[in-house]
Amino acid sequence: MLEETKVRVLVAKPGLDGHDRGAKVIARALRDAGMEVIYTGLRQTPGQIAEAALQEDVDVVGLSSLSGAHKHLFPRVVEALRAKGLGDVVVICGGIIPAEDVPELKRAGVAEVFGPGTPTAAVAEFIRREVGAKKGFGAGR
Amino acid sequence: MADDRLFDPKALAELKEAEARWSGGPVKKTLERFPEQKKEYKLTSGVEVQRLYTPLDIAGQDYLEDLGFPGEYPFTRGVQPTMFRGRYWTMRQYAGFGSAEETNARFKYLLEHGQTGLSVAFDLPTQIGYDSDHPLAEGEVGKVGVAIDSLEDVETLFAGIPLDKVSTSMTINAPAAILLAMYQAVGEKQGIPARALNGTIQNDILKEYAARGTYIFPPKPSMRLVTDIFAYCAKEMPEWNTISISGYHIREAGATAVQEVAFTLANGIAYVQAALDAGLDVDSFGPRLSFFFNSHLDFLEEVAKFRAARRLWARIMKERFGAKNPRSWMLRFHTQTAGVTLTAQQPDNNIVRVAWQALAAVLGGTQSLHTNSRDEALALPAEDSVRIALRTQQLIAYESGAADTIDPLGGSYYIEGLTDRIEQEAGRYIEKIDAMGGAPAAIERGFVQAEIQDSAYRYQLDVESGERVIVGVNKFQVEEKEPRGLLRVDPEVAVRQNGKLARLKARRDGAAVAGRLETLERTARGKENLMPAIYECVKVYATLGEISDVLRKVFGEYRGSTAL
Repeated sequence: MLEETKVRVLVAKPGLDGHDRGAKVIARALRDAGMEVIYTGLRQTPGQIAEAALQEDVDVVGLSSLSGAHKHLFPRVVEALRAKGLGDVVVICGGIIPAEDVPELKRAGVAEVFGPGTPTAAVAEFIRREVGAKKGFGAGR
Repeated sequence: MADDRLFDPKALAELKEAEARWSGGPVKKTLERFPEQKKEYKLTSGVEVQRLYTPLDIAGQDYLEDLGFPGEYPFTRGVQPTMFRGRYWTMRQYAGFGSAEETNARFKYLLEHGQTGLSVAFDLPTQIGYDSDHPLAEGEVGKVGVAIDSLEDVETLFAGIPLDKVSTSMTINAPAAILLAMYQAVGEKQGIPARALNGTIQNDILKEYAARGTYIFPPKPSMRLVTDIFAYCAKEMPEWNTISISGYHIREAGATAVQEVAFTLANGIAYVQAALDAGLDVDSFGPRLSFFFNSHLDFLEEVAKFRAARRLWARIMKERFGAKNPRSWMLRFHTQTAGVTLTAQQPDNNIVRVAWQALAAVLGGTQSLHTNSRDEALALPAEDSVRIALRTQQLIAYESGAADTIDPLGGSYYIEGLTDRIEQEAGRYIEKIDAMGGAPAAIERGFVQAEIQDSAYRYQLDVESGERVIVGVNKFQVEEKEPRGLLRVDPEVAVRQNGKLARLKARRDGAAVAGRLETLERTARGKENLMPAIYECVKVYATLGEISDVLRKVFGEYRGSTAL
């Protein structure tokens, strides 16, 4: 049996928002679920996030914002990733995101939006499914 | 050791015997037939909750020494002799969004509905010292608070609100000196002398590094700004609360009740020490220190927490720092209900959560209170939600009777036992932090952050395992429709704000601005108090970003941690 490589996830805080409880809890939960997780820290620009995604060779970028800047920032992260040839990286997000913003974020290339109260296991499961589908079963990266 | 004056040793011995009989008899029998719902009962702090509390649990308490009378050391039962019989707590809703015009209208709405103090929420660029036209401000202007670029915006913010008639709290930290100077300048324009201005700046930078994230400068110059404000206000603005040492955000980030008390008071100790090191007398600034706590879900634990914090701080100020003025011993605090406990699911349930959290704050003797709005897990609160939140406070004040006698839960075996326990556990943490070299060192090495993160993660695991029930989230769920009527910040606010800023820059006296910014830079490089130089800058309409940039140039910038 082939050894399964670990899924690599970058958890990022775009913009100026300092609320990082959710981002850190998700990061730890994904790590406990067997993934490699890197956290960017606060106040990252879309360009910095894309650069970190490239350097760290990640499969997934998880974005968190609770400041209401998601509609502005998240699509720009997707664009920055595409500009670096990372269009196949799965982008997911969470925070205070009104339901009516979800379709727009998805059109912009965000794979899924996880609102407050989402069990972390649901996020891990989504990642496994998406990354598995993109890379073929069993392959993490 | 038992306090023989209140508890007769013989009576206690009899009680102990009787309790053993009860535990071994009726309780045991009942447990055999009906096991309790949980294997163990614990507070968020990890403290075990006993089945029953009796005088045995507080027999070590000495009434006069440990509780005393309201308005007297150690203030366990409250900081004023008559508490809410004299005056209710200040009802102070944190508000701000979009432009200064919009926020001014929300302030007037709140005042019309019986709010008794103002509390300004600033947007993130303002909190981090960027003008609205800064590239990093993109997408954030006016979002979580009002956008302020210059004195002009603060003039608009308080237009028609006489500053000698309200007290104003400003949630501003790294650039607190700048906003304070702007407030003073608006007061001056309204003809109100600085010494008559009443309010609070948060100005608590240590918790920004540990939990909230709106830092700009490294710790050392940041502490200088804090102590410069202490010294300045002692002379110029004696009624102003120079700092609001905040456990609120530490708790929101995941800390337990004990950690909230411990890390907040440890930060308080660091500020006092820094001010003493800067040559200030403890009683010159001690009376103007204020605090800010969270009111979370565990109703009785929260009541005990407020009492424990009050007693612990009184002892620290008197015994550790030798403060002589009783006002220096008083822990006066603002409370906000716990934002983190609001659910996006069945948001109307939040009204009830907020109500008992607010009641806990009142029973804990708070000086002012913000009640959260039901829709805050979804968006900024809409007007009708804010009104319900304010009404919640008014209902408690005018209808519940909870404010009619002082510290009504004092003397409850559980509350007193828990108050002792929280004080002890928090004291132990403070000793640990002292051993590391104090709060700044403990934060720098990541100790405080790691403790908070561990607690946050444990809380999440408890929710996911179902051990902690969150109604509407992991139990009693329903299919829900999308909520309607959420507040949206006008996306054009940034455009308008930038237009205003450009017009201001064209209009103001550019030479005066440049000159005063230069003076500020020289002052920052030296040792003199920064406040007068900042005040001179804001008066000629130097912007918040320009002033912050000067300080960034001299002090450098802090980089946050990426540790998990």
